[in-house]
Amino acid sequence: MKQKIRDILGKHGGLPVPVETLADDADLYAAGLSSFASVQVMLGIEEAFDVEFPDNLLNRKSFQSIAAITRAVEGLTGSAEAAE
Amino acid sequence: MDMQTSLLDRLFDSGLLIDTGVEGLYGRSGAFEDVIARFERLIDVYGGPDGAEAMRFPPGMNRAHFETSGYMKSFPQLAGTVHAFCGADLDHMSLLQCMEVGGDWTKDQKATDIVLTPAACYPLYPTIAKRGRLPAKGGLYDLQSYCFRHEPSNDPARQQLFRMREYVCMGTQEHVTEFRQTWMDRGLEMMAKVGLDVTMDVANDPFFGRAGRMMANNQRDQNLKFELLIPVTSAAKPTACMSFNYHQDAFGAKWGLNLENGDVAHTACVGFGLERIALALFARHGMDIATWPADVRKVLGYQD
Repeated sequence: MKQKIRDILGKHGGLPVPVETLADDADLYAAGLSSFASVQVMLGIEEAFDVEFPDNLLNRKSFQSIAAITRAVEGLTGSAEAAE
Repeated sequence: MDMQTSLLDRLFDSGLLIDTGVEGLYGRSGAFEDVIARFERLIDVYGGPDGAEAMRFPPGMNRAHFETSGYMKSFPQLAGTVHAFCGADLDHMSLLQCMEVGGDWTKDQKATDIVLTPAACYPLYPTIAKRGRLPAKGGLYDLQSYCFRHEPSNDPARQQLFRMREYVCMGTQEHVTEFRQTWMDRGLEMMAKVGLDVTMDVANDPFFGRAGRMMANNQRDQNLKFELLIPVTSAAKPTACMSFNYHQDAFGAKWGLNLENGDVAHTACVGFGLERIALALFARHGMDIATWPADVRKVLGYQD
């Protein structure tokens, strides 16, 4: 799942650094993720995992790091146990 | 009858606003215009000593600049584009025939190079970027323009064509956030002087769609936008009459606005919704300016 999220981040995140150089807990906003790019990442993830982010997850925190995005997607797909 | 219709009806009945048959598109009486002119002079009293460079643009902007601004990413539902007939004789004949039978004659209109201005400051950024780097003390600009937003409504405080007065500040983060705070304080003081009840609250722009929901949440989480709310049509749902926006370095990066040392400029703007403020005054003090409280009349320069 994390690799898939990394791929989406690489495609839609518009980051000035390669996604491979970022740790799972690295702050994506500090790494250059813009507000608008975070929205595109959100839409990319919804499409890839066939999920819909509810209102309470549509915020900066959900996309703060690869780990945070993973947690959000796990919560939405109910795959927390299977993922790790 | 709800309160909104009733205020609008009172404004029509008193002749302050003039019905055109389109919601949110109104004429204004001389008295209404005079209130706006007087309130703008009050703005000048507060903002004048800052020495902002004044610029006035017509209510249309360069379409290329509009495209660069990214407005369509965030607010496609509000934008208005100017289209015109660009055909020859035969096209003109079919246009007239189409109109004659009540068909959709607008479908062959072609986009011009002009888009209706969505906010008074939009034409400013490319203008300043073209000048090169900002001076050492940063930049401060005074703008006013009619603006268009496509949101038909029978709420007189939500017009499709309305005027926005703005001050825009460009500089370092500290410089522009201090500018914003100064105007938040001034806004509260000004509204108290003209007898209006106000509240200040964190706010978000009306970004489009689900993606917009996230943009709005982000904007709120970061306290990027504040609004000064005043009751106009409803005390429970007061209307935003001023907004105080910190753009971080988003506009600086987008337009290539740089400080003297080459760093990307941060920007902030403060906007006055001039019709909304006038409407708040009429809603609060009555349709007849002669009967407004003496202290309010004095602040606005009416002779008693």
